[in-house]
Amino acid sequence: MLVTINGKIHNFKTSLSLEALLKEFGIDHSKVAIERNLEIVPKSTYDQIIINDGDKLEIVYFIGGGALS
Amino acid sequence: MIDDDPLFVAGRQFRSRLLVGTGKYKDFSEMAVAIKASGAQIVTVAIRRINLTDPTKPMLVDYISPKDYIFLPNTAGCFTVDDAVRTLRLAREIGGWNLVKLEVLGDQKSLYPNMIETLKAAEILIEDEFQVMVYCTDDPVFAKKLENLGCCAIMPLGAPIGSGLGIQNYMNIRLIVEQAKVPVLIDAGVGTASDATIAMELGCDGVLMNTAIAQAKNPIVMANAMRLSVEAGRLAYLGGRIPKKFYTNPSSPVTGLISE
Repeated sequence: MLVTINGKIHNFKTSLSLEALLKEFGIDHSKVAIERNLEIVPKSTYDQIIINDGDKLEIVYFIGGGALS
Repeated sequence: MIDDDPLFVAGRQFRSRLLVGTGKYKDFSEMAVAIKASGAQIVTVAIRRINLTDPTKPMLVDYISPKDYIFLPNTAGCFTVDDAVRTLRLAREIGGWNLVKLEVLGDQKSLYPNMIETLKAAEILIEDEFQVMVYCTDDPVFAKKLENLGCCAIMPLGAPIGSGLGIQNYMNIRLIVEQAKVPVLIDAGVGTASDATIAMELGCDGVLMNTAIAQAKNPIVMANAMRLSVEAGRLAYLGGRIPKKFYTNPSSPVTGLISE
């Protein structure tokens, strides 16, 4: 199953929830937001949303920034 | 700061009229100390893809907490309506922030805002119940259009982002201040403390800066200077400066001189 995460293709053997995906990468879900196929995924549904082959995910977090890009 | 002179933005009340960015510091520790020294209560933050290969490395939120500061997600680096709106929707999902800073840039070299796209993005975001503080050009007509759309703060540039040129547009800033019924904050262009004071003396409600502190030789000392300069400028504005005159007006009595 091929899934694009932050612009890079990842291969997963089995289907998994967003919650499980974050766990696999060691990401604290309270610090990120996820967009799946251009739609925001509510945090409360991470354990119910199962990622599919061909999904495009964006996982973002806050970094230092201000008046400069 | 005088106690009974808070800044009101989108129904929220702030003691400090200085807003600061969190980018371009040497490291997170220096950033945290400098921001504390600035007295700022609102800090801008950017939204970027997480590094999947090393997600455990230190994060901004490990050094400054959303419990201590109002995080103001911004769209720095966005050049299209779509990117700006997507970015702020993601930011809202991270922690539920509705108060955001919108900027839609139009030119790589000057990072000058694209006002047509900024207006479109502001409309979409306000419809989606965001409270939008908006980075804009110093054109009073566009500033008014943004205010009429429902933006909660108008943030014109004093000079290009990161240029440190100071306030280059006294007349335009003053025109925007005089017409606005929402707070006007200078966003971009400040180089040193006196620039921030001038912005406040012009009647701006606040100043947002990042580079002038983060890239100073000693950011912590400069953060202190900026805090004081914003306060000084605000007090001078409230105090009401004397009019400028072409001729002298002695400060000592002109009668009772020994030569009389």
